[in-house]
Amino acid sequence: MGRALTIWEQARLQGHSRRDFLKFCAWLTAAAGMESSAIAQVVQALETKPRLPVVWFHFQECTCCSESFIRSSHPIVSDIILDKLSLDYTQTLQAAAGVQAEKALHDTMAKHFGEYLMLVEGSIPTAADGVYCTIAGRTALDIVKEAAAGAKAIVAWGSCASNGCIQAASPNPTGATPVHRIITDKPIIKVPGCPPIGEVMAGTIVHLLAFGTIPELDRVGRPKAFYSRRVHDTCYRRPNYDAGLFVESWDDENAKKGYCLYKMGCRGPTTYNACAVTKWNNGVSFPIQSGHGCIGCSEENFWDNGPFYQRLTNLPGFPIEATADRVGLAVGAATAVGLGAHAVLTFVRKRDVKGGHESAEPKPQE
Amino acid sequence: MANRIVVDPVTRIEGHLRIEVEVQDGKVVDAYSSGTMVRGFELILKGRDPRDAWAFTERACGVCTTVHALASVRAVEDAVGITVPPNADLIRNLMFCAQFLQDHAVHFYHLHALDWVDVVSALKADPKKTSELAQSLSNWPNSSPGYFSDLQKRLTTFVESGQLGIFANGYWGHPAYKLPAEVNLIGVAHYLEALEWQKEIVKVHTIFGGKNPHPNYLVGGVPCSLNINEVNAINVERLAMVGKLFDDAQRFVEQVYIPDLLAVAGFYKDWGAIGGGLPNYMSFGDLPTKGFADVSGFKFPRGVILNRNLSEVLPIDPKDPMEVQEFVSHSWYDYTGGDVGKHPWDGETTLNYTGPKPPYDQLEVEQKYSWMKTPRWKGHPMEVGPLARLLVAYAAGNTEVQDAVGGVLKQLDVPVAALFSTLGRTAARGIETLLVARWAKEFYQQLLDNIKAGDARTADISKWEPATWPAETRGVGFTEAPRGALSHWIVIRNGKIDNYQLVVPSTWNASPRDAKGQLSAYESSLVGTPVADTGQPLEILRTIHSFDPCIACAVHIHDPHGRHVHHLDTF
Repeated sequence: MGRALTIWEQARLQGHSRRDFLKFCAWLTAAAGMESSAIAQVVQALETKPRLPVVWFHFQECTCCSESFIRSSHPIVSDIILDKLSLDYTQTLQAAAGVQAEKALHDTMAKHFGEYLMLVEGSIPTAADGVYCTIAGRTALDIVKEAAAGAKAIVAWGSCASNGCIQAASPNPTGATPVHRIITDKPIIKVPGCPPIGEVMAGTIVHLLAFGTIPELDRVGRPKAFYSRRVHDTCYRRPNYDAGLFVESWDDENAKKGYCLYKMGCRGPTTYNACAVTKWNNGVSFPIQSGHGCIGCSEENFWDNGPFYQRLTNLPGFPIEATADRVGLAVGAATAVGLGAHAVLTFVRKRDVKGGHESAEPKPQE
Repeated sequence: MANRIVVDPVTRIEGHLRIEVEVQDGKVVDAYSSGTMVRGFELILKGRDPRDAWAFTERACGVCTTVHALASVRAVEDAVGITVPPNADLIRNLMFCAQFLQDHAVHFYHLHALDWVDVVSALKADPKKTSELAQSLSNWPNSSPGYFSDLQKRLTTFVESGQLGIFANGYWGHPAYKLPAEVNLIGVAHYLEALEWQKEIVKVHTIFGGKNPHPNYLVGGVPCSLNINEVNAINVERLAMVGKLFDDAQRFVEQVYIPDLLAVAGFYKDWGAIGGGLPNYMSFGDLPTKGFADVSGFKFPRGVILNRNLSEVLPIDPKDPMEVQEFVSHSWYDYTGGDVGKHPWDGETTLNYTGPKPPYDQLEVEQKYSWMKTPRWKGHPMEVGPLARLLVAYAAGNTEVQDAVGGVLKQLDVPVAALFSTLGRTAARGIETLLVARWAKEFYQQLLDNIKAGDARTADISKWEPATWPAETRGVGFTEAPRGALSHWIVIRNGKIDNYQLVVPSTWNASPRDAKGQLSAYESSLVGTPVADTGQPLEILRTIHSFDPCIACAVHIHDPHGRHVHHLDTF
C-alpha cells in the first residue's frame, strides 16, 4: 500500500479535469460560507491532504441525518464525501457487520488516535445506566466516551445529537442526552435540524477538510455560515408578512397566492437555519415554499414549543440584525432582564404544551 | 455441539439490530433477533394536539420517511371523520410512490448489494467484456468500455490507498460470492449511479412537502396548494418537474435496477430455496384509486395468506380485538395479567430490562432478549413487506401483478415456489418497484386531469378545529411502508391525544418468539441458512437484509417510573 492519495490526485484519477476540480473548490468555498478569496486555500488543502479518517456513530436516532447527508447534491460532492473522506465506521453504509465492523472502528481509533473526526447521529440515553441503547453489547454512553477520547473534533449531526430532539421531548423517558452534555473536553460542532440540510452537512465537513479548523460558531455552537439568520428574515414570503397578507386557513385563496404562513403557526420568526436561502434537495423548495409553516426543527426544544399550528404569540419583533448570539445572550440574561424574546416564547410553550391551549392571544403585526 | 455466532451491529440497515444464531454442521439451527435501542414516543405524544402527531411519528424513521406521517394523518382523519379531496389522495400517492422508488433502490444497491457483489473481484473484470455484458442487459447509456475502465481505475486507486472506508473488513473473496468479475464491476458502477439518482426522485417530496427527509403532511389533505396561474404555488413548472422525476425514475428502474436484479439473481438461484421462513403473509394495502375508504380500489390489496396457500386470501379486520395482538413473552416488558396477548387498543408497556448488564457477550435468549414486542394475527406469526404485498395481490387475482411476477419468474426460469425465499423477497421488492414506477405516472396524469377539469382543492378544513370533533373518538390509519404493513391507532379525548400506538412492519418481522415458542419472520427465515465460515456472517446478512430491517421503528415506548402505559411501536 502506498501513501494515501490527496484529494486532487484522486479526483484526477477519477477522470475529473482540473477545471472540474477548481469548480468544485469554488463550490466548497461558497458552501462552507467562506469568502471567494479563500478559494486558493481550499485548492491547496485538497491538493495536499490525505483522506481524513472519520467514524460515524448511530445512537437514538431515525437515520434521517444519514439520509439527508447522501442527498447532498452538488456535482462530485458525493464522490468527494465517499472517496475523499475515509468513512471507516458507519452502520448505515459499511460493508462489514458485527465483529468486522467493530474491528474497523477500533482499528481507526487506535491508528489515528487524536486525528479522527467523530460524527454523532442520535442522542445518548443516560437513564437506567444506558441500557436503552446498546451496540455490540456496550452502551452508547460507554461507546461515546471511549470514541471521544481520541477524536480531533466532534460533529453533532442533527437535533438529536445537538439538543436531544424528539426522544428528549417532555417527559424524556430514556434520559436522552445530547453529546455536549456528556463530552466536555472536545470541540463540538452542532449541526441541528431534523434533519439538517444535506448541503449544510456537507459544507460543515468541507470546512473541516479544507481548512483543518473549526468553522466560526455561534453562541450555542452552530456554524454561523448556516445558522446566523432567522428563516423569517430570509424568507421570500417576508414581504407578505410586512404587508399583512396572511394565509387564514389551509388551501384558501391566500394559500393559493403563497401569502405568509405566520397565522398557520410558522416558526420562521424564531428559527435560525439556512432553509430559506440554501433550500432543500439542491434548492428545489423548503417547507414554507411548499405551503407549510416552519416547525422550527433546528431549535432546541422545538417539540415542546408547540402546538405547531398555533401562531407564535406577540413577537417582540427583534430586527434582522439580531443574530442567534444576541438572542442567545438575551436568553442567558433572561432572569435579570426578563425580555429575551426567545426565552419568553420558549418558556410559554414549555409551560403550556401539555396543558391545553395557550392563554396568550397572538397579536399579528397586520 | 452448536456454535453461537453473534452479529451486532447488523449494519446496512436502519436502527440497532442484533442477531444471535446457533450453527451446527454448517447450518443455522436456531436464531434470535433483538432490537437493542428504545426511544419512547407514546408518553411524549400523550396530551398533545392530534394534528401535530404526524410530525412526531414521522421521526420514527428517516429512511422510510413519510410513511408514519401518512398513517398518522389517516388515523386522525378516521377518528374525526374527514374525507380528503381527491387531489390530496393523488399527491399522497405520488409521495408514496417516490418513497418506494427511492427506498427500494437504495436498499438494493446500498444496503443489500454488497451481500452479493464482491467489490474487490470487480478489479479483475475486463472492461470490454463488462461493456458487452451491460449492453446486452439494457439500453442504459453508461456502458462503454471506457466508462467501466475509468471506474475500475478509480476503484483500484481507492483500494491501493490503503484507506478502504466503508469497504474495510468486508467479506471480499468469501466462497459464497458467485458473480463473475464483470457483473461485480457493473454492480459497483450502479452502486455509485444509484447514489446519485436517489437524491433526484425525492425531490417529489420537496415539491409537495418542502423537504426530504421528513416532508410536511397535513390532517385533512396536503399542505401545498395547486394554482396553475400563480408562481407561488404548485404550478405547471412544479408539476412538470414531478413528471420528469417520475419519467427518469421509471427509466432508472427499467434500465438499471431490474436488469441488475435479474443478472445477479441468475447466479444465486440456490437462494430461491433458502431463507423462506414463515408461510404466512399479510398486507394492509395502499394506493387508493377510489378514495381511501374504499379498500377495493387499492393498487396494493389488503389480505392475509396462510400456509402459502395462494388460492385463498383471507380478509383482515384490524379493529377486531381478536385479530391483532401483541405478546411480551421474550421482550423486556411486563404485562398486567401475565403472559397474554393484548390488542393494541388495550396495549400496555412497562419496561423491565432483565437482560445482561452491559457490556455483555451473549443475550439470555431463553428469557427476554429484545425491546421489540411480538405481534400476531389470530395467533399466527406473519411476514410483511414487498413479498407479502405481491403474494396477496397475486393470490387475489390482480393480473397486472401476476404478469409482472410471471415475467420475472420466466426470465429467471424458476417456479412460483422460489418466491418463498431470500431471493424471492429481494426479487419481489424489485418487481413492485417496477409496478410503482408505472402507477406513479397514472396518478400524475389523474392529477393533471383533475386540475384541467377545474378541481384544484388539496385540503378539507371543515373539521380542522378540534371544537368540531366529538369529545371522545378513536381512529386507525393504515399504509404500506416499504418494509410492510403499518398501522397507527389514536384515541382522542377533548381534542388531545389520550393514547397513540403504532404497530410497525419490523415488529412483525424482527420480533422475538411468542409464548408458544413460534418464531417470527427473521428468526424463522434464518433456520437452515448455510454458513460457510462461522467467522464471517455473510449468508446471515443476506437473509436478514432481504427483509430490509428498520429497527428504530420497531421498538416500544417504556415508562421509567414503572407505571403501566400503552405501548408504541415506532417504525
